[in-house]
Amino acid sequence: MSITVKNLDYTYPSGVTALNNVSLKINKGEYIAIMGANGAGKTTLIKHFNGLLKPTKGHVLVNDIDTITSSVAEMAKIVGFVFQNPDHQLFLTTVEEEIKFGPTNFDFPEEQIQEDMEKVVTFLNLKNLLKRSPFSLSEGERKRVALASVLVMNPEILILDEPTMGQDAIQKRNIAKMINELNQQGRTITLVTHDVEFVAECQPRVVAMTEGRVIADGMAKDVLTNLEILAKTKLRPPQITALAWEIANQEQSFPKDVITISEMKTNLLEFRR
Amino acid sequence: MENIIQIRNLKFSYRPSRQPAIREIDLDIRKGEYIAIAGLSGCGKSTFCRCLNGLIPHFYRSGVMKGSVTVDGLDTRELPLYEITQKVGMVFQDPESQLMALTVERDIAFGPENLGLPREEIRARVEEALELVKIAHLRERAPHELSGGEQQRVAIASVLALQPKILVLDEPTANLDPAGAVDVLNIIENLQVQKKITVIIVEHRLELALQSATRLLIMHDGTLVFDDKPEKLIAKDIIPAEAYGVQMPSLIQLFTQLMDEGHSFSQIPFNIPLAASIILSELGSARSTSE
Ligand SMILES: Nc1ncnc2c1ncn2[C@@H]1O[C@H](COP(=O)(O)OP(=O)(O)OP(=O)(O)O)[C@@H](O)[C@H]1O
Ligand SMILES: Nc1ncnc2c1ncn2[C@@H]1O[C@H](COP(=O)(O)OP(=O)(O)OP(=O)(O)O)[C@@H](O)[C@H]1O
Ligand SMILES: [Mg+2]
Ligand SMILES: [Mg+2]
Repeated sequence: MSITVKNLDYTYPSGVTALNNVSLKINKGEYIAIMGANGAGKTTLIKHFNGLLKPTKGHVLVNDIDTITSSVAEMAKIVGFVFQNPDHQLFLTTVEEEIKFGPTNFDFPEEQIQEDMEKVVTFLNLKNLLKRSPFSLSEGERKRVALASVLVMNPEILILDEPTMGQDAIQKRNIAKMINELNQQGRTITLVTHDVEFVAECQPRVVAMTEGRVIADGMAKDVLTNLEILAKTKLRPPQITALAWEIANQEQSFPKDVITISEMKTNLLEFRR
Repeated sequence: MENIIQIRNLKFSYRPSRQPAIREIDLDIRKGEYIAIAGLSGCGKSTFCRCLNGLIPHFYRSGVMKGSVTVDGLDTRELPLYEITQKVGMVFQDPESQLMALTVERDIAFGPENLGLPREEIRARVEEALELVKIAHLRERAPHELSGGEQQRVAIASVLALQPKILVLDEPTANLDPAGAVDVLNIIENLQVQKKITVIIVEHRLELALQSATRLLIMHDGTLVFDDKPEKLIAKDIIPAEAYGVQMPSLIQLFTQLMDEGHSFSQIPFNIPLAASIILSELGSARSTSE
């Protein structure tokens, strides 16, 4: 299960060019965060991964299937997609129907659907909302319903546009844990996020974009501590990195590529020795 | 100082049969305050914002509101919605729901036009708002054909162009890139300082909210469980704050973890320069005493 993007250009029907010669390879089982400026083309890029958008030029291969020749319905069996705005995803009258829609459509056995749903709604704190209409929920609740309706299908490839948007600290931690578990079970995860602190703690591979191009691709530790990349992609360093830089300003031997709290502690204690 | 917002025994349910989304809130907000609101998803933050800008009770009519909300001396029940909207500008959590015109420029001009302002004034305000949130290049574009963050910037610009006395922002940075989020919060802080407007902002990420907020409210299940200076949250106890869904900045987590491990510091810092200087001057003294 891998995704290969080859020299991808995309121009919207209105004439706006959103992607400019993007090439990228996402291997089976990888965990990737796509980050970068507003309007950089992140959403446009990932909409190519399940065939929602078709390349203007170039190719996108998902497991060697060229998305040009495959339908969104076909792709939906392997690729789960969570939209940036849950409004674009939710359409049924209750949360429960919403969550069961995908697996029912794919003829999953009823008992399995029930079991998977229980698991997902417990994790995402939606248990008490099953009979409610998705349209009468808070924004954070709606986003979690959108996540649940995709996670319940347990797809091999998960594409998540801003999965932690509007979530409080507890939900965010649960979502991070769930993504990690799925990744450990071999699922390929690609998420788009502005949440630098989330990325610093989860440490996926980071692809940084600006103006329709990928300008950096590497370990979270390298991308998020590179001042030039951060400036170009409108990212900011994690707080811990900013602290490391501030300390290094005064104590030159202090390492500048620190992104997690635990790394920082180790470095501080070592430094004081 | 004068209370620009007064809330008395406020209760609200979206339907008579439903659990209340606001159970009981009493609150006074002084003119010129900068207030951050945090709390678990679903605790009632957006509902509270809707009570401030009159959507509750005027728009959510199948709901039941009790108690009163007084804005700028007037009861929101008695004021028509368009008059409240002139005083209280609100940036919604979902930016797309707020966009209505066919171009970005028209969208931003819509509010000032409705205020009946002269043409030059409208033009000046639209230009200023476009520049402030860095979307001048998008002026001719259709709001529905923009990226999520671009839409959020348009929604913010539209409200800024109204120049309201009270600005209510419901997670205004959720879709913004990190540099954009800081820009927008700086713009808002400048307005608050220079034009003495009152700011109420819902924000989960304390590292952003604490930059400017002088008062923090934490909501839980439709009530207020914390109303104090942000620093007090840390002084009290970190655990309950997290139980209320408040995301402690990683800087503060670092310091509390170090303290749990036996180090001591004169204070827990909120900003990076202060944190660095505390670490450089104080860390290590703990080691010598503990060894
Ligand atoms: N439906 C659309 N029609 C025309 N242009 C669009 C459409 N959606 C997005 N665009 C434009 O394409 C470019 C890339 O948009 P995209 O949504 O991919 O950005 P993004 O990186 O996801 O940004 P954000 O962080 O704000 O969500 C932007 O210039 C945007 O204005
Ligand atoms: N339009 C509505 N109709 C009925 N119930 C609603 C509506 N909007 C919100 N609720 C319910 O009211 C409660 C408070 O919701 P609200 O949107 O105020 O929460 P919130 O604190 O803003 O959450 P979030 O952080 O997820 O945005 C929740 O239980 C929610 O399900
Ligand atoms: Mg996007
Ligand atoms: Mg809300």
